Amino acid sequence: MHAFANPKRFLSLARWLTPLLLVSGLLLAGAALLYGLLWAPAERLQGDSVRILFLHVPTAWLAMGGWSAIAISSLVELVWRHPLASLAARASAVPGAVFTAICLATGSLWGRPAWGTWWVWDGRLTSMLVLLFLYFGYIALAQAVDREGASSRIPAIFGLVGAINIPIIHYSVIWWNSLHQPPSITAGKSAMSPEFLIPLLVATFGFSLIFGGVVLARMRALLAEIQAEARLRRKALGDSASRGRGVTA
Amino acid sequence: MTSGLKPKHQRLVLVLLALVAIIGAGTLAAWALRNQASYFYVPKEMMANPPSPDRGVRLGGMVKAGSLKTDPDGVTIRFLVDDGEAEVPVKFSGIVPDLFVEGSGVVAEGHLGADGTFVADNLLAKHDENYVPRELQDMTEAQKRMAIEETN
Repeated sequence: MHAFANPKRFLSLARWLTPLLLVSGLLLAGAALLYGLLWAPAERLQGDSVRILFLHVPTAWLAMGGWSAIAISSLVELVWRHPLASLAARASAVPGAVFTAICLATGSLWGRPAWGTWWVWDGRLTSMLVLLFLYFGYIALAQAVDREGASSRIPAIFGLVGAINIPIIHYSVIWWNSLHQPPSITAGKSAMSPEFLIPLLVATFGFSLIFGGVVLARMRALLAEIQAEARLRRKALGDSASRGRGVTA
Repeated sequence: MTSGLKPKHQRLVLVLLALVAIIGAGTLAAWALRNQASYFYVPKEMMANPPSPDRGVRLGGMVKAGSLKTDPDGVTIRFLVDDGEAEVPVKFSGIVPDLFVEGSGVVAEGHLGADGTFVADNLLAKHDENYVPRELQDMTEAQKRMAIEETN
């Protein structure tokens, strides 16, 4: 793991991996969404409204995956003090929040025709909304830490504590009666016909690649910011030092 | 180093202890919420513990196949909500969601009348986890399997 502790080595890897992930992810997710919109069959009960599945479910998984990435990076930062871990956690927050928002919006649009309501306060919907607020809290905290120059371990602790919501989201439809359906895909089996399952998995893979690409791009941007600041500081120090010499000479 | 542990391992132990405490607290909270966080009562719970008629509650379950009847006024429907162990008769006047069909899930919002009939003000359809294309719905199970195998 510490092989990539050197930002230079990370940057040389991320430089070609970022566009590769973004382009292949956009192609795969775009193809799966197009298939879902135009060629996937209508569902037995839901008809054409099922097509939103191919956007709703990948974004829901990645919303949870994004916080899992924050939690794992936070653990690595707190325990091993890996220099890139706090950057990885911070870089996952905004795409995670965006995917959560897309998941909530598409779920609401889907709920109107499928359930007869835009929103209900059942366990799944409520815990997903809590996840969005946790993302907002994490982003605000990370920015405040940046501004005040406080330790990046503060958002890391928040990221770890917030991870308790992830199993709650997953089990909300199993523990409690809810309007949201129970999971269609569980370990090793699927209650979904292959006409729906295969494009769903392709879309999920594509969106995951996009997520990875965005995280790498944001990590590069954060690293560049840190380097620029360090360079400015060095320059300011150098200037004042040379001025100081000028006065004494 | 007084404890003899490397700082790295000390931090790992501390973080793991904190995680165990958080997960324990979360599990306890979820356990305490196991009744309150449910979105609706199932017929068995409603029969065992009938809510008072002035209390708004939700009732959820399957619309029993063959139980759906329309009153002579044309807008009031009656059906049985079933959870495999008990059933509750439901009365509703109004527009039902598209996915409201016999044999499918429903959540009714309303109150339990004194006569044991649930009077619903609103119906929500609950679909299950099965996703099957429309073309396959009229086939028998064996035909479905064959059709699915062909597409694989």
